[in-house]
Amino acid sequence: MSTCPMTLETLQQFPEGKEILTCLQCGACASTCPYGEVMEYPPRRIIAMMRAGMLEKVFTSDSLLACVACYACMAKCPRGIRLTEVLLPLMKEQTLTHLPELPGELQRALQNTLRYGNPMGEPSRKRAAWVKTAGVPIRIFAEDRRPADALWFVECYTSYYPRGQDNSRATAKLFYRLGIDFAILGNEEKCAGECGRLTWEPGLFETLMDYNMAVFQKYQFQRVVTSCPHAHNAFKNRYPALGFNWALEHVTPFLARYVDQLKRLLSRKLPYTVTYHDSCCLGRQNEFYEAPRELLRAIPGMKLIEMVHNRVNAICCGGGGGGMWLDTYFKAKGYERLSERRVKEAVATGADVLAVSCPYEVSRFEDALKVLGYDKRMMVRDVTELLAEAMEE
Amino acid sequence: MHILVLLKMVPDVVEELEIAADGRALDLEYLRMILSESDDHALEQALLLKEKYGGKVTVLALDAPEVDDALFTAAAKGADRVMKIAGQDAGFTTRQAARILSLVIADEPGVMPVDLILTGVQAIDDLDGLVAPLVADDLNMPYLGIITGVALDVSAGTARAVKEYPAGVRGEFQIRLPAVLGIQAAEKPPRYVPVAKIRMAMKSIKIEGVEVPTLADGGWPLVNVLEMKRNEPAGHAEMLEGSAGEVSSRLCGILAERGLF
Amino acid sequence: MTGNVSVLAEHWRGRISEATFETLALGREVADQLGVPLTAILTGWNSRHLAQALGVADAVIYIDHPLLAEVIPQVSAEALVQVLEKARPRVLMVPLTNISLAISTFVGTRLGVPVVNFCKDVRVVNGRLDACCVLYGGKIEATVETGEPSGPQPAILGIWPGARPAEKGRVERTVPVTDRAVVLEDTRGIQLTKYIEPEAGDVDLTKEDVLVAVGRGIQDKANLGLAEELAKTLGGVVCGSRPVIDQGWLPLSRQVGKSGLTVKPKLYVALGISGAPEHVEGMKDSGLIVAVNSDPRAPIFHVAHYGIVGDVLETLPVLTEAVGARKAATHHA
Repeated sequence: MSTCPMTLETLQQFPEGKEILTCLQCGACASTCPYGEVMEYPPRRIIAMMRAGMLEKVFTSDSLLACVACYACMAKCPRGIRLTEVLLPLMKEQTLTHLPELPGELQRALQNTLRYGNPMGEPSRKRAAWVKTAGVPIRIFAEDRRPADALWFVECYTSYYPRGQDNSRATAKLFYRLGIDFAILGNEEKCAGECGRLTWEPGLFETLMDYNMAVFQKYQFQRVVTSCPHAHNAFKNRYPALGFNWALEHVTPFLARYVDQLKRLLSRKLPYTVTYHDSCCLGRQNEFYEAPRELLRAIPGMKLIEMVHNRVNAICCGGGGGGMWLDTYFKAKGYERLSERRVKEAVATGADVLAVSCPYEVSRFEDALKVLGYDKRMMVRDVTELLAEAMEE
Repeated sequence: MHILVLLKMVPDVVEELEIAADGRALDLEYLRMILSESDDHALEQALLLKEKYGGKVTVLALDAPEVDDALFTAAAKGADRVMKIAGQDAGFTTRQAARILSLVIADEPGVMPVDLILTGVQAIDDLDGLVAPLVADDLNMPYLGIITGVALDVSAGTARAVKEYPAGVRGEFQIRLPAVLGIQAAEKPPRYVPVAKIRMAMKSIKIEGVEVPTLADGGWPLVNVLEMKRNEPAGHAEMLEGSAGEVSSRLCGILAERGLF
Repeated sequence: MTGNVSVLAEHWRGRISEATFETLALGREVADQLGVPLTAILTGWNSRHLAQALGVADAVIYIDHPLLAEVIPQVSAEALVQVLEKARPRVLMVPLTNISLAISTFVGTRLGVPVVNFCKDVRVVNGRLDACCVLYGGKIEATVETGEPSGPQPAILGIWPGARPAEKGRVERTVPVTDRAVVLEDTRGIQLTKYIEPEAGDVDLTKEDVLVAVGRGIQDKANLGLAEELAKTLGGVVCGSRPVIDQGWLPLSRQVGKSGLTVKPKLYVALGISGAPEHVEGMKDSGLIVAVNSDPRAPIFHVAHYGIVGDVLETLPVLTEAVGARKAATHHA
């Protein structure tokens, strides 16, 4: 595979591969893994099986379905082994081919992504339908080919899902008021390739990368800004192998660069206590901890309070690694939903608002609040939604 | 054991269907085609039978947009031979397509003998007939449809097929082979095949091309479509106002009108 | 027989099917518009007595043969062809159901006449028939011209369930029954070996015509009984959105939505369901969607055909009673 030259066979020829075998078997990975208790083969055991020449057993168990690609294990590994980036994707790929049956919902998400460019199975021709409701002008490259400074890669949930569209409208409003020169791909956009999910499916990932790179090359822009941390990861870690060399930022750190300008625009007071959930991709993986907090503190009236597990210790919402489509599978196995675990922690802070920066989190946390009966006590808002709300019309 | 699977591409209703300018057909510009859902099940059932009883699976389809994808996917899933009938100018009705398939099955060297022909029981565009019964009559084979389970007795030359009846009742039938079955659902959901495997199939497998046979002139009672229009969703519910008693009464009227009583 | 409207009457386990009554209702209308008689065709073995339920027709033809005891499409078609060949009706309507599916195709191909499937309406226009057909899973309606007076006869129409209310096809009236003999040799090597009855408690939501769905608006497991009453009265079953299944109020087999089943019943009653995209995904193609919710802005009202803003727990019993009363009145008609 051109983008991931390492395979199980060639692993030992790469430094990252050799690194895997320096494992101390300390078990920090398993203990920090949010599903470590229910996973038959957490990273430590996988490596032990690898040393024993018994990897086959790992592939034929469904253990890897419980990995939500949250980077917690990788962050805590004392050897710095690239668990989530190197070991686990290879394991997942093998598991897919060995599993007798893939859980139906995940299978549909993969098939939909291949066919329609989004996991929901929504028509590609409706991807930019939300633009009409944005309230500010949004340029679509296919209709207006002039160069733009930023290509705003909107992504799937933020295009199709109603609460995601709220986020997009807020983002568009902010870009407009800040005078950002941007354009979107509109209906030409397809899923960037949510890394965690598509580690199951490298063939699908490649197909999407080929497609997206071809579309990028049609237009002229200086940077890519995206609303989705998973897309950010894909562009940062995988796409360079196919020639992606544009400056890249997620919307939140991008906006944080404009915080002084924003402060002048944020004139409406939002008297909320807010607790911020560090998304795995933005937080642990890229260490963008302070940018979203800086933005929240810029909002007049807002009071910030931290959850017990914050920053590098944040507990994953459970949406990565395909987890977004495995909730029923987990429930049937009796696992606690990670989003529920996290939401309990959020509610314990007494905050009014749970602020997030990843589109998966809005739907997962709103659902968890509803299920636990906390939906009257706390609401979920993306950082961009709060910023937009604090702006005078 | 030789199982033949007949596949058909149908309009993908996920991408919105548009009507052509003449108001009598679908607009082809935005049309995407997808494998008919019950044909996908027929393929899955064939592969399950091959896994259980051995033998070979041949897949046959008429040319249509995106049919190559479906055929390569079938090969990647385990079909031994994939064939495409091509060379036509325009689309065919179901009845014409079935006749073409029958002619190819009967006359194309190396297809017959087949023990079992599986295809979906019904497709969303089968306006003028169903493929399975048409092929069964053309080839003088027994037919049974709405099948959700198949087992074989290879030595006896029979199959056991489970057919769906109303109210969750099922019937088990014994059928003398060769036979045609209209599959409603396979015993397992259609399997997932990784994209990498499909891409590999595209490089290594060849879709065999068959020249479309000429249909005998005349005697083809075609359907004449006068008009096509979209069923538009309303966008918002019609709200029923009033007391619980009043809305209940109104609702009963609506249900009665719709024949739901 | 010649020139009339004929309807294939199907029966299952000793009763004429609902789809037959719906088709007869449509057949009656078309026959009246054409000014010709309506004939019902009944096949079976020792089933002549069922002809009495076909009073809406002007005449019944009964074909009796041991090989017609169970419906095997090619055998039924052979019997019909023998009877219709010499005295061809103008139109033959066949219900599109699990029982009679494929019969229209077989008869059409053996008589060399057109077949039009998925008809939900048939109108007489300028002496010919216009069939309104539902295509592509309901997304498109096609008007198809068939049944020219000078054209091939009969025009065979496969009638989509729900084309007309069944009650319009149920008439108590004595009709003349004519027996017709046919020669049938074998069942083409097809033999029913046994029936498999559904297991108790086994519910396949995707096969139900009526679903009563509950969401968190039902508030408590104890209130499920109210929903079950309505479901029973409507002839359907209860299902739920994911939170309800999560709470353990209903088993996983009853879950509708992204993580559960996709259903397309004729009637979907959504009680206390907000209409989150994950749920809507699983039921948006239902035939008729009625939603009850206390929040007028609940997203479910964007996908429902009819909406009632109100307290679910208050509305439910009133609705159940009204439906029960209406049903009782209907079946006594």
